[in-house]
Amino acid sequence: MKTFPRGGIHPPSNKLSSGEAILPLSLPASVVVPLSQHIGAPAVAEVAKGDRVVVGQLIGKAGGFVSASVHSPVSGTVTAVEPLANGSGIKTPSVVIAVEGDEWLPSIDRSPELVPECRLEGPEILSLIADAGIVGMGGATFPTQVKLSPPPGKKAEILIINGVECEPYLTSDHRVMLEHPSQVLVGVGLIARALGVEKIFIGIENNKPDAIELLRKVASEMVRVLPSIEIVPLKVRYPQGGEKQLITAITGRYVPSMGLPIDIGCVVQNVGTALAVYEAVQKRKPLIERVVTVTGKGLGQPSNFLARIGTPVSALIEAAGGLPSDAQKVIGGGPMMGRAMSNLDAPVTKGTSGILVLGASEAARCAETACIKCGKCVTVCPMALEPYLLSRLVQKQRWDEAEAGAIFDCIECGSCAFTCPARVPLLDWIRLGKTEVNKIIRSRLSC
Amino acid sequence: MGDVLIALAPALAVSTWVFGAQVLAITVVAVGACVAFEWLIQRYLIKGPATIGNLSAVVTGVLLAFNLPSSIPLWLVILGAFVAIAIGKMTFGGLGKNPFNPALVGRVFLLIAYPVQMTSFPSVDGSSGATPLALAKGVIKGGGSVSDVMSQVNFGDLFFGNHGGSFGEVAALALILGGLYLLARKVITWHIPLAVLGTMALFSAVLWFVAPDSYLSPAFHLLTGGAILGAFFMATDYSTSPMSRSGGLIFGVGIGLITIVIRIWGAYPEGMSFAILIMNSLVPLINRIKPKRA
Ligand code: SF4
Ligand code: SF4
Repeated sequence: MKTFPRGGIHPPSNKLSSGEAILPLSLPASVVVPLSQHIGAPAVAEVAKGDRVVVGQLIGKAGGFVSASVHSPVSGTVTAVEPLANGSGIKTPSVVIAVEGDEWLPSIDRSPELVPECRLEGPEILSLIADAGIVGMGGATFPTQVKLSPPPGKKAEILIINGVECEPYLTSDHRVMLEHPSQVLVGVGLIARALGVEKIFIGIENNKPDAIELLRKVASEMVRVLPSIEIVPLKVRYPQGGEKQLITAITGRYVPSMGLPIDIGCVVQNVGTALAVYEAVQKRKPLIERVVTVTGKGLGQPSNFLARIGTPVSALIEAAGGLPSDAQKVIGGGPMMGRAMSNLDAPVTKGTSGILVLGASEAARCAETACIKCGKCVTVCPMALEPYLLSRLVQKQRWDEAEAGAIFDCIECGSCAFTCPARVPLLDWIRLGKTEVNKIIRSRLSC
Repeated sequence: MGDVLIALAPALAVSTWVFGAQVLAITVVAVGACVAFEWLIQRYLIKGPATIGNLSAVVTGVLLAFNLPSSIPLWLVILGAFVAIAIGKMTFGGLGKNPFNPALVGRVFLLIAYPVQMTSFPSVDGSSGATPLALAKGVIKGGGSVSDVMSQVNFGDLFFGNHGGSFGEVAALALILGGLYLLARKVITWHIPLAVLGTMALFSAVLWFVAPDSYLSPAFHLLTGGAILGAFFMATDYSTSPMSRSGGLIFGVGIGLITIVIRIWGAYPEGMSFAILIMNSLVPLINRIKPKRA
C-alpha cells in the first residue's frame, strides 16, 4: 500500500465522531462574517449597516486576483460592518447580521436531487467557482479558482483529491465522503474539467475502509457521467494529508524546495472543496455553510455539524454538550496543526474543519528540558529538515543559516515537536523563525 | 534512560556471578559518585535546576563501572567518576552538550593514568588473568600463531562471560540481549550497532581469510573486548553520536575500522574506547551532511 517515503509519525487517531452523521445546526440569533476568511486580499464589503440580505447574497466582493468573495450565510439585517476579533483575538473587518427567518436567493437550487451532468466548459466552471467564494476547505483556505488556474507556462496533468484526513480527532471529510459520495465525485469531475486533466486520484487512508469502498462503488455506478477516477488507499501515517506528502505518496513525484505542486504538474484539492464545487456549479449555491467536527474527550456529544459560516464557535460547543468543567484549551482545527483559540465568540469560517476541546490532562505542556541530541526530530521530519538545528538557529537569531537550512520547507506538521523526548517546542521556534526570515527576505526585495 | 538500565541488568548479573560481589560494589560506587558529582556541580557551579532526575548520570556510572576490571580499588572508581562527570560532561554544560561519551572519558583517563590497575584482571577459574585480546596480542607478537591462541580460548566462555576482562564487557550473550531490548523499545536504531559490528567482522574476515595464521577470526573479534558493549551501549549515546541514521552508519563504520586497526597494529590490545572517542570528535562534521531531500 502506498504512503510517503520519509519521516512521519503515528499519533493516536482519537476519531471520536466518525460514526456521527452530519447534523444541520440550528440558526444562531446573529452571525459575524469576516471579510477575510482566505489567504490573499480581504473581500470588500458590498453592504452597509441597515441593509437587508438573504442567504447566498454577495456581501463582500473579492478584493484582488488572490481573494475570495463572501456571501451572506443567513437572511436578516446587517447591524454592523466593523473590525471584530477572530479566533486568535485579532480584529478583522466583519459583517454582522441579525438573523430573521431563512430566506434564500431564488437562484439557488435547494432540492436534494443529484445533478450529475454538466455541459459547461472549463472557464465557465472556473467563474462559477470564483463567484461562489470557494476556498480550500481542508484549512488552507487558498482561493480555489486561483489554484485551478495554472500560471502561464505550467500545465496541470494530475488532479489529486485529498480524502486523507490524517489529523487526529477530525472527521468532517470522512463524513462528507460517506454521506455525499456522488456529489463529491461530480465535484471532482468538474474540477478536473476546469483544469483540463484526465488523471484523477482520490487518496484515502485505509483507516476509512467504508469511504474507500463507497467511493469506488459510486464511481463505478456513475461511470457514464464521470471521468475515470482512481481511489487510492494509503497506509496510515501522519502527515499524509500534507499536500507534498500526498503527491509523493500517490505519484512518486517530489515538489521542489520552495516550489508548488503545479511545478510538477499536480493540483491537490480537498474532498470538502469538491463538495463545495459541486454545490456551486450544479446548484448555484455559494459557500455559506460547512461541515465542522466538534470534538474532545470531555464533550458530552462529539459531533459533525453542518454550520452556517459566521455561527459563533461557542454555539457549536454548546450543541455538542457544552464546555466541560475541566476544559483547558479550545483549538481551531486538529491537535497537530490547529491553533489555540482565545476567543470563543469568534465565528466559524470557511477554513474551520474542526473545533477541539482539550481537558487539563491533554492540554498540559510538559516542562521542556535540554535537547539530548537524540536525532528523533530529524528522523520523523517528512521534509528532511533538521528541526533541532533550525530551532537553535532561530533562538540564536542566525537567520541566514535558518534560511539556508530550508526553514521555509517546513510544512508545520508538528511531527518533530510531537516526537521530541525533551519536549522542546520545536515547531513554535520554527514558526517564529519563518516569520522573521520572511521579513528579512521582503526587506531584501524592496531595496 | 530507564530502558538502558534495564538493558544492562542481565550483563551485570552475569558479571557478578563470574567475578563476585566486588562487581556490585564497584557499580554502586561508580553510580553514586557520578550522581553526586553531577548534583554538586549543577547545584553549586552551574546553579541550575537539578538534572539527576533524567538518570543519565546513573547510566554513565554503570557504563563506567562496566569498563573497569573487578580488581580495581574503589578510590580509582571515584576518581574515574569525577573525570567522567566533571570533565567529560558538566564542563560542556551537561546532558546533550557533551561531545565525548563521559563514561569513556573516565575510562580512558584511568587507563592512561593508572595502566597497572586498569589492566590487571583477576583470573577466572584458574585461567590467566589477561583478557583474551591481550593474550592473543602477546602470543602473536611473540611469534606464535593464531592456533596457539585458540588452544587457550574457549568460545563458549567468551559467549557466556567466563573469561578475563573489564567486568561489564565479558558477557556477550547478556549484552546482546540487552541490545535487542533497546532495539525493541526503539531507544536505539540498528544503524550504529550494525555498522560497528559489521565493519569489524568484515575487516577482520578479510585479513583472516588472507592469513588465518596471523590474524584472529571475526568471531573472536566480535566476542572479545568491548565490541558488543561499545556497539550497543556506548556508540549509540545520543549526545555523542550523529543526528541522522545515515550519519550513524558512517560513524559506526569509522568505529569498526579504527577498533580493528588498533587491535591489530596498535600498542593496546583493545581499541573500542579510543575508536568511539575519535569518532565522537567527528560527529559535528558528520552532522553537517544534510538529510537527503527527495
Ligand atoms: S520541521 Fe516542520 S516539517 Fe519537519 S517535522 Fe517539524 S513541523 Fe514538520
Ligand atoms: S527530538 Fe528533541 S531532544 Fe531529540 S534531537 Fe530533536 S530537539 Fe533534541
